[in-house]
Formats: sequence, structure tokens, C-alpha cells
Amino acid sequence: MTIHARQDTGVAPLPELSTVVSSISRDSPRPLIWAYLAVSGAVFVLMMLLGVLMRMAQGGSIVLPPEWFYRVMTLHGVGMVGISGLAGASIMWHFASRHLDLSPKILATNLVLFLAGVLLLFGPVLISGYAAGWTFLYPLPRLSGGVWSQTAAAVHLTGLLLVGVGFLLLHLDVARAIFAKYGSLGRALGWPQLFGRSTEEPPPAAVVASTMVLIVNVLGLVSGAGILVMSIVNLLVPNFEIDALLAKNMIFFFGHVFINATIYMSVIAVYEILPVYAKRPWKVSRVFLAAWTASTVMVVIVYPHHLLMDLAMPAWTRVLGQVVSYASGLPVLLVTAFGGLTLMYRSGVRWDTAASLLFLSLFGWSAGVIPAVIDGTLAMNRVLHNTQWVPGHFHFYLLLGLVSMVFGFMYFSIRQARDGTDNLWDRCAFWGFTIGALGVVLTFLAAGRVGVPRRFAVHLPEWATYSTVGAWFGVVVALAASIFVARFVARLRAPA
Amino acid sequence: MLPPIAWYLTLTGVIALGSIFWIVAAGASHKAPPVSVQTARIRRLCTWALGLLAFPITLASLSYAPLVTEAAIPAGTESVEVVGHQWFWELSQTQVPAGELIEFKVTSADVNHGFAIYDPESRLIAQTQAMPGYTNSLQVRFEEPGTYKILCLEYCGLVHHGMSSTIEVIHSQHAAN
Repeated sequence: MTIHARQDTGVAPLPELSTVVSSISRDSPRPLIWAYLAVSGAVFVLMMLLGVLMRMAQGGSIVLPPEWFYRVMTLHGVGMVGISGLAGASIMWHFASRHLDLSPKILATNLVLFLAGVLLLFGPVLISGYAAGWTFLYPLPRLSGGVWSQTAAAVHLTGLLLVGVGFLLLHLDVARAIFAKYGSLGRALGWPQLFGRSTEEPPPAAVVASTMVLIVNVLGLVSGAGILVMSIVNLLVPNFEIDALLAKNMIFFFGHVFINATIYMSVIAVYEILPVYAKRPWKVSRVFLAAWTASTVMVVIVYPHHLLMDLAMPAWTRVLGQVVSYASGLPVLLVTAFGGLTLMYRSGVRWDTAASLLFLSLFGWSAGVIPAVIDGTLAMNRVLHNTQWVPGHFHFYLLLGLVSMVFGFMYFSIRQARDGTDNLWDRCAFWGFTIGALGVVLTFLAAGRVGVPRRFAVHLPEWATYSTVGAWFGVVVALAASIFVARFVARLRAPA
Repeated sequence: MLPPIAWYLTLTGVIALGSIFWIVAAGASHKAPPVSVQTARIRRLCTWALGLLAFPITLASLSYAPLVTEAAIPAGTESVEVVGHQWFWELSQTQVPAGELIEFKVTSADVNHGFAIYDPESRLIAQTQAMPGYTNSLQVRFEEPGTYKILCLEYCGLVHHGMSSTIEVIHSQHAAN
């Protein structure tokens, strides 16, 4: 084991890092988790390259015809959302399985359904020109203007359904294990400790987070499955029409919840791994429990902030969207970011790539809240909605937040299982990733400031600089991520 | 005016937060006892500060929110019917007076579109969604005459980026004539 920490002097003794790590090592990820991570790493890099391709095309550095631009955009969106879910699920499953009797068969089934779903998702895009975006906003899958067929759309949406079913099974298995051990979801969220006078030890962070995720994601996935089935029926029987506003609500509820759940699953890596480096526990306090219960409610009810420009929505839903957007930033900032800062503050940590990535992820998640909350303000949304401000804020907490969490988990896990030290490549990759990701995010936000629309295949000449500069930062991010993945695979192939 | 405010608020917040993370990271390799008592106090202070700030900010921002219902629009307000199609805009009129409240009644004949108005300096000034089966009422008061551009801000298929139109905003007197 090559993780180092400075020795304490004159402070209450804490377990040696090597002891802590070796106890965790007994729970070294099973091969299936390696498979999840390898697939995730490879798809992340591939999707980043697609992102670079789009930015280069917008900047005029390469020629990408609109029909291909929108295909690439659809692949990038659906690929990134799906793979974030898969990577997050691997982190959640790995840590939750220390406390819960989870089924490896269900974990394997989810991966198989995911890969089968990907074939159905990608096939129609690459072969038949399907390009309705990952949001499949009704009735665009059916009304393509003659660009793709109903069959292509139906196959693509079936692929999405298949991926969703896999995740639903995974969460239902987590629910089964939680009921078996804790008896209720409330107990697994620590409600007896939060609302009652229970002096029992609260559930571990991984269980609390897994419970929150299963509650919100089951609701989200059911909503998503519902609108997918309705859309598929609409493709096969055009007379079966759907209310466009209902469809939009169901799609954005599903999309919002699912993408948020990917972060809430991945952040478990921060709660579990950073304490090992700090040699301090991440305490599951009442504040922690309150924050996760509040987040459970807020993630579900905040989704109307995606519909602030749907003026046909009742005004109260749009006010709710803004107010809850403000409130939902607080648990992130006051519990997770603040907790991480105080955990690491003068902890004697010796930074390596895993610790650095996980600490960076806390910054990415919490700093990304700022432009997100601004966009969630009704008056601001009127001039920022669907401009590049939107990819600016979500890349902030997904690229710098979630992706950092996943790569941090990969680095930590592989070093537990295979001996090895970080080298110059790792350090360069970390700084390349950090600087590149900040560049990607800031160029999006700067473009959003001047009203550059998102999802445009062709940009005006005056917008080209933002895209070109963003593309080169994207190249740096993709290179750094390639190094992360290459180092992971190389260590995975080395003898244990 | 609003996008620059959003930009500078974001930059300030990100730099402030980044500085805190940087300072903690830089000093983290030194060892000191855990700071649980101070931590609780600082977190309580932050919670109160953010809570107290959030209340007036929410109230103030909501007073600027585009929440006017159709029923609250003054009688006699000039209205423009807008229909989004793949991939063009159909407007009942393309000339409106400056300085007066204009109501855009926006809908779609096919898929979702985003009706967005850019001023002559290419600044986005207002938008709403154009949805099949619904009419969204967007109120705009154009301060300056000129040619305003309309773009689609909701992805609607192959020629989404090319779905544009213009509105001429003219002096009120011209409109009266």
C-alpha cells in the first residue's frame, strides 16, 4: 500500500491509515465493479471526444453537417447521462454492499440491460439518422421532418426503456435489502435519530444516500418509463396523442431526477474515501440526516425549474421551481462541501490523485450550484434559458463534480487492489483535467452571457471564439481522462 | 443587463469558493486537532447568513419575475400571434411600436420550439416556449426602435439553427400612422 499520511504528534491517536485501508481492502471491488468502471471510463472518454467534435464544428474548425451534428449531440447527451448513471451505480453498490445484502445477479443484469440498451440507442442514430436529442421531447421523435423513420425512433426509445428497466431493478434490489435490514425507508434515512430520541447508531452514509437515491430514482424512472411507453405507442399509433405539456413534465421530472441521482450516488465515494485520507470520520450527524431528507423532498419537487419558460404552467409551479432551487443548494454547500472542507482542514493528508480528484469534485459540485441557482431565478431564466449558460452550469457540477468523483473512486479502488504509486502522468492528468474542465465550463458560461443558443449546429461568426477556445479546453479534458482510464486499465491488468 | 449580473455573480462566487478550497487544500498536509466545535459554530453562522440573505433575494427577484397572467394584461394591449413550424416562424404582424406593451401569443403547429427575441445588439431580451396545443403569453415592451431577431431556442430537428425571423420595432407615431 502506497498511500501516505503524516504522523500525528500530540493528538488523540487515530487508526493508522494502512490499518484503515487494509480493512477496506477486504471489501475490494468485485470484478463486476471493475467491469462497470472500465465501461464507464471508456464511454466517458468517447463522449468527451464527441463533445469536442461539436464545439469544433460550432467554432468552424471542422465541417460537421447539421444532420451529423444533431446525431452527435443526441449520442453525447444520452451517452453521458446513461454512463453517469452506470458509474454512480457502481459506487453506490460497492459501498452499500458493505452494509446491505445486495444481489450481484441484479448488478450483472443491470450491466447487461445497459449494454443491450446502448446497442438499441446508438444503432438508430448511426444507421438511420435518429437525432431527437436525449430529451426525446414529444412529439419530435415522431415529427422529424422526414429525417428519420418512426421505426428508428421506436427502437431508440425502446433502448432507453431497457436501460431504465435495468436501473429500476437495481434500485428495487437496494429497497429489498434495506427493508430486510432496517424494516423501513424512514429508518434507513435515520429518521428515528433525526426526529425521535433514538440513541442508536444512525445508518452509515452509504445507506442513507442509497435510500434517498432509490426513493427519488424509482419515482423518476417510473415517470420516464411511462412517457417512453406513451411515446412508443404514439409512434406506432399516431392517433394516440399525448398532451405536450404533460409529456414535457414527465420527461423533465425523469431527466432531472435521474441526473441528480447520478451525483447523489457518486458522492458516496467522497463520504467513504476522504475520511481514509484525513484519518477522521465523516460523522453521520443529525445535520447530515436532515440534509439528506431535505434533498429527498427537494429533488422531487424542484423539477419545474426546467419549465420556467413554459408560461402555460401555473404560476405557482414556477415560483416553487425558483424557491426550491435556492433551498436545494443549501444541503450541498452546508453539509457536503462544508463537511469535506472541515474534514480535510489540517488533517495531515498527503495528496495523491484519488484524494485530489475527490476534493476537486466537492468544489465542482458546490461551485456549480452558483450558476445553476442563478439560472433557476425566473427573471434570469428569461434571458439565460436554453443559451449556453445551461451546459455551462451542468458541466460545472457534472464534469468537475460527478466525473471527478468517478475517477477519484477508480484511482482509489485500483490502488487498493493493485500496488502502485502515482507518477508524473497522473499529476499532469489531474491538473490537465482541472484546468481543462474549468476552461470548458467558463467558455460555455461566457457564451451564455452573450446569449449564444445551446444545441445549434451552426454558429454565427461572432460566437466562434467561445466554441473554438472551449473545444481546445475540451481536448485537454479528453486527453487527461484518457490518461486516467489508461492508468486504470494498466493497473487492472497487473497482477494483484 | 441581467446576463452580465449573472456572469459577475458567478465569477465572484466561484472565485470565493475556489479560494476557500485552495487554502484548505494547501494547508491540509499540516496536522492539527479536528475543529468540531468551531465547525458547528461556523456552519450555524453560514446557515443563518444564507437563510437571511435568501429571503430578501427571493422576494426581490420574484418582483422582477415574468409572472403576469393573461387576465392581468391591460385591455387594448397590442397582440401578435406567433406560430412555430419546422422550421420557420409565422407572425401575424412583423411591425410593432416601441415603448408600448406587446403581447406575443405563442404556439406551435408541430413540435416544441423556443420563441426568443434578440435586440439589435444581439442581446437576448425575452423568450417563451412554443408548444403544440398551448398558447404561451409573452409580454414585451421594446424600449428602442430597430430590427429585432427571432431565433428558436428549443431543439426542434434538422434546421433548428436556421429557424429565424425578424420584427421591426418602430417609433410609436409611425405605428399610429
